[in-house]
Parts: sequence; structure tokens; C-alpha cells
Amino acid sequence: MAATPGSTSTLLEVRNLTVRFRTRDGVVQAVSDLSFSLRRGDTLGVVGESGSGKSVTSLAVMGLLNRAYADIEGEILFEGRDLLKLSPAELREVRGRDVSMIFQDPFACLHPMYRVGDQIAEAVRAHQDVPKKQAGDRAVELLGAVGIPNAKVRARDYPHQFSGGMRQRAMIAMALVHNPDVLIADEPTTALDVTVQAQILELIDRVKREFDVGVILITHDLGVVAETATHVMVMYAGRSVEQGIASEIFGSAQHPYTWGLLESMPSVERKLDVLVPIEGSPPSLLHPPSGCAFHPRCNYRFEPCSSKLPSLEPIAGGHLDACHLSPERKREVWRTKIAAEIGAPA
Amino acid sequence: MSATEQAPTEGGLVEVINLTKHFPVKQGVFATGKAVVHAVEDVSLTVRKGETLGIVGESGCGKSTTARLMVRLLAPTSGRIVFEGRDISRLNQRALRPLRREMQIIFQDPYSSLNPRKSVGQIVGEPFTIHRTEKDVRRRVQELLARVGLNPEHYNRYPHEFSGGQRQRIGVARAIALQPKLIVCDEPVSALDVSVQAQILNLLKDLQHDFDLTYVFISHDLSVIRQISDRIAVMYLGRVVELSTSEGLYEHPRHPYTAALLSAVPRHSANGAVERHRIVLSGDVPSPVNPPAACVFHPRCPRFQKGRCDVETPELRRFEGAHEAACHFPVERWPMTEEELRRPFAGSATSV
Repeated sequence: MAATPGSTSTLLEVRNLTVRFRTRDGVVQAVSDLSFSLRRGDTLGVVGESGSGKSVTSLAVMGLLNRAYADIEGEILFEGRDLLKLSPAELREVRGRDVSMIFQDPFACLHPMYRVGDQIAEAVRAHQDVPKKQAGDRAVELLGAVGIPNAKVRARDYPHQFSGGMRQRAMIAMALVHNPDVLIADEPTTALDVTVQAQILELIDRVKREFDVGVILITHDLGVVAETATHVMVMYAGRSVEQGIASEIFGSAQHPYTWGLLESMPSVERKLDVLVPIEGSPPSLLHPPSGCAFHPRCNYRFEPCSSKLPSLEPIAGGHLDACHLSPERKREVWRTKIAAEIGAPA
Repeated sequence: MSATEQAPTEGGLVEVINLTKHFPVKQGVFATGKAVVHAVEDVSLTVRKGETLGIVGESGCGKSTTARLMVRLLAPTSGRIVFEGRDISRLNQRALRPLRREMQIIFQDPYSSLNPRKSVGQIVGEPFTIHRTEKDVRRRVQELLARVGLNPEHYNRYPHEFSGGQRQRIGVARAIALQPKLIVCDEPVSALDVSVQAQILNLLKDLQHDFDLTYVFISHDLSVIRQISDRIAVMYLGRVVELSTSEGLYEHPRHPYTAALLSAVPRHSANGAVERHRIVLSGDVPSPVNPPAACVFHPRCPRFQKGRCDVETPELRRFEGAHEAACHFPVERWPMTEEELRRPFAGSATSV
């Protein structure tokens, strides 16, 4: 997954990111030893359930974690600069201008009491000293670019006058104001109807091409990832358990948690004979299990799993996964069990 | 062709006939006339004993309202609700009370559907208390907790001490306590993590088998609906636009909206980079306060034919295989691309 040495298209490189929250109940290991990179034109799908650390990762990249109670280690390199070492003023330059974010809930960044156009214009003037009228024009331009019909008129609406899909588009417009290089989308479609979801995913893809950005798409929905991501990172209990090129991961997943996700998800394409759930629930991050965090729920666990933490290793010429099972065993399980169950090519 | 003013069909546990529900919209002081949310409009459905009827649709389609009407949490504006041959549409709360033992509901949000100030034991035991049916409530409750996969010893714990999936199990235990005949499941897994969804779906299936339950299962998630339903009703803006067996629907949707809905679902068993021709609808679902004229889907429909679709309301038409759809230009074959959908008069050309 690492960019080839000397590549000029790597936008973001995260190295050994660790985030711990100091809480009243103890230390929460939100993210542990996470490494990944993002190039222009990539869509990195970050998949995980509650407590996987996927959202905290994006907040760390955006510099939105409060260092008063969050201990952050590692490096977040954006175009060579470590974002974790920047001063708040320097970070404010990067955030919103070079690295931008959209959320699941549009009201996280759309104030209900201000007109949509005015809010986007405000975003323009946050980083550029331009007259109000010019900022307003740019806002209308962007609303049009993200597919809001009659943009000039709609810019004068309040957020509640927009539908869910339109609010999401407005949020994307706001994120694009300064032509960022990296766009982080945290569950952008989870709250939307499926037909609107399809529109928004198409929009994000179009934006990626037209604005020449790298996209980090955070979701729990493997279907969304399969359709739109070029690369995938599966997270569990704050760690990456499998990551690589999307077609490889869906063509030959290696980690039992990824298998579990694929097996337990109903499919719109066929009725599965049986849904195989992953028993148990995601672990507590206050007291994570010893060894591999997934082992209490894993059908394939064996001797080393409860004591030894598996490291992220590449399989021959392919993607990375963190599991003690042998490459042969992983291939065997994929071929004989998982692929058949979910209807993927073996 | 669907039931209009007929007696319930054989085996129909619950039936809704021309069911309509309008909600008044609060308006300003100077507003004239009454604005109304057309939440459910002329819906007729039969739920057969022992089956799982899935109701699928997006926001504002009326599926939750229909479900609540079925169990009389709401009273209809017009139309009838018939439970086991008995018309319950206009019964008052007192008359409904004994019926509530027979029909129960599981809600979507495991966080707001359980009283945070009551222990699990009290919550699951409440049905017994209300209906005064059990002597040894505690024992019965513990049996129920075990049956849904919870630890009976957690009897005295409070909802906040449980995870989302476990809370949903509590909701299930409460719903099956009085051994109802019908359970309406209103998006019961939508708020849960993927790996937990499968646990709850499996539990619901097991219970249906063990207790001979009939389900009305509401969801916006087409994959979940496919997994659990025997028959499926697709709703849009308060109306049933398609009704079919589960397999029939996915194999060959007849209504363009169903086609778009199926096409929009992201696939996770994508075989590499298979080019998928998605039918992407333009615009958003219109407001149920001002539904479009004639066919309510016509403003977004790829097959829209002016002069017909905006003038004449399509009736539910029957197709082979117990399949009904309300469309003047039903989808002739499946799969179809958006391009092909736009040409309802194109002859049966050789496929591309």
C-alpha cells in the first residue's frame, strides 16, 4: 500500500499512528499503530464497525482531536510536512484548505440558522481575503458544481429547506471551496436513502476526478467500498487488520474478520442459505483482549492468537493482513468456504 | 386486482383494505386551507399466517405508518384494518387492549424504545403485569431472556448496561412475552453494527419457527429484506407500487422504482471491477404534503410518458407468479440499463 519510492503523487502518509484517550474510566486505546498512504486519484475505503477507530483516525488527520485528553503518537505526513508537529495556526491553514472533511450528519457543518450560500461563502473567506460578493459567487458556482439545481436561488435557502441529499451535496460543496488535495468523507451516505446514496457516491467519484483529489471514504458498508474504493483498509479495535487494493481484497480476503463481515452481510443479489454472524460484540477499547483483539470472536483462532499480537504482513505480491494463520490456510478457507458462500470468484 | 372491499382471503391473519392515513400539517396563522401529509394512500395488503411480509421503501414512503396502523398504534383516516377476520379499524383503546396480546411491535432504536429507568426484568415483565397473565413473572422473564440469547442473571440490570444488539434482544423478548400471533418489526436491525445484524436476523427466524409467528418486516435495506421475507411490498410516497414473492421481485422487478432501488444498492460481492449499469434517479423523493399528480413516481421515472403517467393513476396490475405492480409501462425484462428503461416502446430488440 505504500507509495512507490520517489512517487510525487503521494498526498498523505500516516505512519504508526496511535491515539489514546485519557478518560475517567481509564485509557482508551482508540487507534494503535496505524499506517497507510493516499495518492491523488485513490479512494481509500476505511471499513469498520463501532469502536474500530476509523472516525478517530480521520479526526487525527484533520487535527480535530483535543490534545488535552488525547495522546497522539506517530506521524501524519501531508506533502512531506508532519501535521502532528504543526502549531494550531499552521494547522488551521491546512485544515479546510488542503485537507477537507464531510460528515454523516450535514448539520455537523451546516448551521441551521444561516443561509446555505452564506455559509459556503464564509468558508471561502476563511482562507481567502476576497470581497463578500465574490465569495457569494463562488458559493453559487460550487453549489451548481455539486448538482444543486437553480443554485443561485437555492443558495438563499436555509439548511432545513434542503432535502437530506441536497444537504450532503452542500456539505461537499463547502469541502471543495479551496480545492483541497485530500477529501475525507466520514459515513457520507449512511443516513441517506439508497437512491440518494447512489447519487452522492457518483458525485464524490466525479469530484475526485474533476478536482484531482485523493478521497478517504469511511464507512461500515462493504458494498459502498466494493463499488467505489480503489484501496481498502479494514479496521478492528483500533488497528488495521487487512489493507490493500480493493479488487484483491474482494477477490481474496485473508483476515477472518473480513471473512466474517462478508459472510454476515445479507446480499441483494441472492438469498443466502444462512447468515453467519460474527458471534459476540466489538471489544472494549479500555481493556482490549490480549494478543489479537479479534481472537475471542474468531472461528479460526489457535494457539498463538490469545497471547501474540499479529503484525501486518504482506502475502506474496499482494495485500497486507494481520493474522497468524498461514498463507496456505487463508487461501484454502477463502477458496473452499467464503468465496462459495458469497458468490465471489474463488 | 388486489382486494378492494372483499372479505379477508383465506389464511389472512391481518389485512388492510384501502387504508389511508393523513396527518394534518401545522400552518401559520395566515394559511388558508388544510395541508395534509399523505402518509399512507389507499394501501391494500394481506398478511398470511406464518409468513414474513417485507415492506420496503425509502424515507417518507409510509412503511412505518402502515405498520403502526396494522397494530392500531394509529387510527386510520379511512379504510379498514382486519385482524383474524375482525374489523379493528375503529375500536377504542379499551376494546383494543385484549388484542394487544396478539400483536406486538419491535422498534428500530434500541436506545429509545426501552425505558432507561426500568430494569430489564421490569421491561420484559411489563406485558405480564399489564395483562395479568402470569403468577411467576420472574421465572417467565428469565426464560425469555435466555431464549433471546441474554443471560437470565442480568434480570436486574438497566438498559444502558447493554450493547445495542443486546438491547434489541430485550425488545424482542418483550415482544414475544405474551406469545403474540403477529409481530411488526420496524427496522429492527438498521441501527446495529453489521456483524450484530446477522445475529438478530437469525434470532428472529428461529423464533418465528419455534413460536409460529407471523412477521411484518419493515426496512429500507433491500439485502436484509431479501434475506428474511417471503413476500415483499414496495412502497413509494404512501402507496404500494409493487407486491411480489421475494424471489420474483429480485429476479424481475416490474416497477421502474423497484428497478432503480435494486440497482442503487451497492454490491459487496463485486467481482473485481465489474461495470455495473446503475439506474440513478434524479432529484429527491417529493414531499408527501404535495404528492405529484396521477402516478406519484412520474417526476423521477426514467420511463415517464407525458400525457399518460401524469394524467392517469396506474392501478396495481397482476403479472404471472403472484406479482403485482402499478405502472403503465412495467419493466419488460431484467436486467435493464437506464438507457433501455427509457425506451418503453422499443420492441423486444436483441439484447445488447
